[in-house]
Amino acid sequence: MSDAVPVVPALAAMLALAGGTFLLRLSGPALRARVTFPQRAEKLLEVSAVVLLAALAATSALAEGADFAGVARPAGVAVGGVLAWRKAPFLVVVLAAAGTAALLRLAGVP
Amino acid sequence: MRSIWRTLDRGPLRDIALVCLAVGVIGVSYGAVSVTAGFAWWFPVLMGALVLAASSEFLFVGIIAAGGSPIAALLAGLLVNARHLPFGLAVPDVLGRGWRRMLGTHLMNDETVVFAIAQDGLPRKRAAYWACGLGILVCWPAGAALGALLGSVVEDTGTLGLDAMFPAVIVALILPALKERALRRTALAGCALALAAVAFLPAGLPVLVALAALPLFVILSARQDGSNPSDPSDPSGPADPADPAESCDSAEGAVR
Repeated sequence: MSDAVPVVPALAAMLALAGGTFLLRLSGPALRARVTFPQRAEKLLEVSAVVLLAALAATSALAEGADFAGVARPAGVAVGGVLAWRKAPFLVVVLAAAGTAALLRLAGVP
Repeated sequence: MRSIWRTLDRGPLRDIALVCLAVGVIGVSYGAVSVTAGFAWWFPVLMGALVLAASSEFLFVGIIAAGGSPIAALLAGLLVNARHLPFGLAVPDVLGRGWRRMLGTHLMNDETVVFAIAQDGLPRKRAAYWACGLGILVCWPAGAALGALLGSVVEDTGTLGLDAMFPAVIVALILPALKERALRRTALAGCALALAAVAFLPAGLPVLVALAALPLFVILSARQDGSNPSDPSDPSGPADPADPAESCDSAEGAVR
């Protein structure tokens, strides 16, 4: 995991992401006056973003490469998730997740 | 932007400050994750300032760190950021005029839009949007710089539990959307697909595999519309024992 990332392709992709994201931000207000957006398309866009993010959370909580990430990380994420569900402040959620994982590792849990 | 301090009450300002602080803390984790994944220290900082959309940046870094191609990382990032288009449809009036409009457009993100919507009246909406946006523009790259420094000094950032921050942040961000039943099941199915793919797909692709669950949403929401048109989100429905929830425990703990 700690091999250096090739800079040029990553930088090019990052700049393209920055430009594309700006255009996406710009197009909402620009389109507003002219086009009525199909509601279903908007909904599916939102759903796919949530599904992608959920899968990202699940894989980054549970997997490290092709292997299981251990117990400490998913346990920390679960604590953060329960706190978020209980409407705890964002900062508390984040710090509790990190703190739980750190304490478990301190206690020898992988 | 002196008018921000006159227009907003202390309550919203405190909330905005807290959110900016939280964004900074997440930025620390983002910077640390990036450098331990092999990026140069300036990369997450520059991307933080130029893209200014946390989840897409995490996704981008995560896919490349897992061995995926920059193209896959770019496409996934753009897909996640596509939600900015409906954001722009929702808050077209807060962005300002002239040169400010460009910066105002750049400041559009989950937090600024949420704060703007929560305020009454255009002056307050605009003040909340700009206060939160400028705060994040400073805190996010600054946090990333601190994290990059930390990540290159601390040998194993895992001892600090920083690796657990990011999934927790994502869970917290998507929780409100997961209240909708069809969406929740689709997301859980997507999680299951992605996790199943982790073992045998090239790194970086499993997250995109989750999109194969999208037809499930179309089916579920069509069935829901047919049987119960008055309440599309139906929160009181019985839990489905066939939910692939066990493979997605973080989200499951959060949505039940």
